Amino acid sequence: MRIRGHAGRIAALTVVGTAIVLPLVIFVLGPNMPPGKRTTGASSQVTDNTVLLVVMTPFTVFILVYLGYAIATFRATAGEELRDGPPIRGHMPSQIAWLVVTSAAVMFLAIFGTAELFASNGAGGGSGPSPIAKPSGPVLPVQVIGQQWEFTFRYPTYGGVETAELVLPVGRQIEFHVTSLDAIHSFWAYELGVKADANPGVDNIAFVKATKTGSFQIRCAELCGLWHGYMFDTGRVVDGAQFTSWISGERRQFTPVQKYLPPYAPTYKPDPQGRAG
Amino acid sequence: MSPRRLLGYNLLSAAVLGVAGFYLGWWLGHQITGPSLAYFSDTGQNDIALFLAYIVGVVGFLFGLGFMSYPIQRLLGKPPSLREKETAGRARYFALCTDHKVVGMQYLIGIGFFIFIGGLNAMLIRFELLSPTKQAFNPNNYLTIVGLHGTMMMGMMTSGILGPFANYLLPIMIGARRMAFPRIEALTFWLLMLAGVILMTTVAYGGFPTGWTGYAPLNDQANMGMDSYIVFFALVGISMSLLGLNMLATVITMRAPGMSWGRLPIFVWGVVSTSVLMLLAAPVLISTLFMVALDRTAQTGFFNEQAGGSAYLYQNLFWIFGHPEVYILALPGMGIVLEILPVFARKPLWGYRLAVTGMLGITLLSWLVWQHHLFVSGINADLRPFYMLSTELISLPTGFIFICALGTLWQGRIRLTVPMLFTLAWLFNFLIGGLSGVFLSDVPSDVTTHGSFFSMAHFHYTIMGGLLFSFFAAIYFWVPKMTGFAINERWGKIHFWSMFVAFNSTFGPLLVIGFLGMPRRSVTYAGYLHGGNTWVSISAFFLGASMLVFIANFIWSMVFARVPVGPNPWGSKSIEWQLPSPVPVHNFDRVPTFGPDPYPYGVADGPSARIATVPARPTT
Repeated sequence: MRIRGHAGRIAALTVVGTAIVLPLVIFVLGPNMPPGKRTTGASSQVTDNTVLLVVMTPFTVFILVYLGYAIATFRATAGEELRDGPPIRGHMPSQIAWLVVTSAAVMFLAIFGTAELFASNGAGGGSGPSPIAKPSGPVLPVQVIGQQWEFTFRYPTYGGVETAELVLPVGRQIEFHVTSLDAIHSFWAYELGVKADANPGVDNIAFVKATKTGSFQIRCAELCGLWHGYMFDTGRVVDGAQFTSWISGERRQFTPVQKYLPPYAPTYKPDPQGRAG
Repeated sequence: MSPRRLLGYNLLSAAVLGVAGFYLGWWLGHQITGPSLAYFSDTGQNDIALFLAYIVGVVGFLFGLGFMSYPIQRLLGKPPSLREKETAGRARYFALCTDHKVVGMQYLIGIGFFIFIGGLNAMLIRFELLSPTKQAFNPNNYLTIVGLHGTMMMGMMTSGILGPFANYLLPIMIGARRMAFPRIEALTFWLLMLAGVILMTTVAYGGFPTGWTGYAPLNDQANMGMDSYIVFFALVGISMSLLGLNMLATVITMRAPGMSWGRLPIFVWGVVSTSVLMLLAAPVLISTLFMVALDRTAQTGFFNEQAGGSAYLYQNLFWIFGHPEVYILALPGMGIVLEILPVFARKPLWGYRLAVTGMLGITLLSWLVWQHHLFVSGINADLRPFYMLSTELISLPTGFIFICALGTLWQGRIRLTVPMLFTLAWLFNFLIGGLSGVFLSDVPSDVTTHGSFFSMAHFHYTIMGGLLFSFFAAIYFWVPKMTGFAINERWGKIHFWSMFVAFNSTFGPLLVIGFLGMPRRSVTYAGYLHGGNTWVSISAFFLGASMLVFIANFIWSMVFARVPVGPNPWGSKSIEWQLPSPVPVHNFDRVPTFGPDPYPYGVADGPSARIATVPARPTT
């Protein structure tokens, strides 16, 4: 095939560039995209990130190749008199082609993103008090309470015990219930791929299932006042037996003070007689 | 200076009355609240006094500057004086002046000053983040610095291009001698300057902890420094909506013969679409802040969960303003890019109608996407697919702008002057900004990137890489027209390359750091991000240094070197370049007539407009 003219060369360079970059994106960058594959939610985010990169690659390569080619080729020679280029005011076929291609990409991304969002039960994101997409089967509810400036956790199926540490069993579907007692916080468990805003008076639900054990970092991702920068913590994903022994230890330790806590509820109102939660 | 001059309407009397008004309002506020209200005396905070101080101070300043002289003279039955428009000379730049060219220059310097302040805050932020744990500033000061940086930049850059360049050039481009409402035009400038000063006074009242978004209920908890933020943004909102109104009225009513809508320079279309957003979005901000102010003073509970309000309401209202605001920042840059490309590619704008469609499409769609800022907040979670779609749809009109820019380069005779370099850099930066935005629009990807440095780097790519680069393109392109003096090209190129490299070296890694788990506005970060942050901080200091190169070059070229440029140093065929540099006080002797083609490159015709010159008239 012979490549003729500027358009042919730009097209050829775009195809070659895409052919080089695309395998790198799919096989090298994609599998290593953040936030890793330690949970179901995080894995579906990695899938999304990879698909987005793949769709973007040809557009990016085309625009950069075009820019580079245009700057290199369509240059006025140094010191020449002012000379005008041809008065081209548009080119309907390429305008229509551009519209069709970008529309197709956008529609694909929107449909794909929606499908992935439902298939992954919200991909670890906060989905409000009554999410449409829910995992089938039993779940372990864990409440996350944000307050200035720490997160605490309650396990309603274990007597509503409140802990200062977040420990989760591997392989079980977790249902986070995120709420706040004061300002807006955001519960961000980075390696779990979970982020859900903690709003006062709102029960914000996020689903995740850890597939590997290990520790993960927790950060507050919404500016919540003076010590926002210090609102971080480390959580652990452990196997089922370790979780059972940990939670029973916590219950033994905290049962004597449990009566000072308000009963477990989806949201809390601050109590003037003492802090809730 | 005679006593008459000192007592008249000038900056001195404005400052005196402004300060007097401030303390009058402060005193009034303390009279209203009084010692009986234990609430205020307990906390040592008197928000009512500070609000009144700011408001009365602003009124006093504007009175001292002479904004009330027209209505007062009218009330007294005297003919109003338009003296401020007629006088020439340097004093005009320091007073109320209704000449659109003077206001444009005032905006350029005034906004430049506050952007410099905002930039210094950015340097302090990067200094703090050199270490993950050691703190240079205490948390309250750090949050105030972050808030000052974001709020100052967001507030000032809304008018960053419309203020200096649209005010100066838009009347000329459409063949008018003035704006539709010249006094309102001056008012928008002085309100913005007052707003900037008021925001800086927040440090005297303890700063504010909320960043530029000012989320409830944190804004209700915050101490008195929050009031500075509220008054600042309200004044910016008033200034913005008046500016938009003025621009729209000017374009609708004051176009010269022959200047039909299809012949408007594309920059004017950028201004029109921005103005629509300004006029409609800013009132939402003003009323929202009014509600916040009531929450803080009259103890209402609009945004307070326990008092029956909702913190979600604030988020919704803020982003109904806030997302159009983002395009208020982006659209003028697109206008400038598409205006400058034809000049240095020496070709007509490719796909004029497509570009206009793109701008209007962005204007429309920008109203339908605000909840993508709330994807993980739990609000309306079932509507997320809709907001995902609408957000991704915005890339279609943005794509129109790109294809028009690329098409204009096609077979051009490209000259890489400094403004052209900044324009091409806009294309590169905005491409990265747009692509990173796709991750934020996709809900599963957004779960990790939301509220992280990724989203921060994304909007710096669109606002700094987009708006600020086009702002500099406009400065290098049009300031010679506005002042009559050339900007040194060699140092301009040094400025460009240092800024372009340092900018990408700062914000490119920040995209990665954000993806790897760094939250925004946090004074600490995880140890494994230390190396990356050090790299970014050092790059940011280089970026700051590149701004100093610009400032030195600008002052050198304008104050000391003063190399005169002819009327048309770039060989442009647009109307503003057919006038002398700087443009004379009355713009044209006769109203110009416009031909059918705004970009007559490559055709035998002359410039886009004919300006009939008349021999010097005998002065009467």
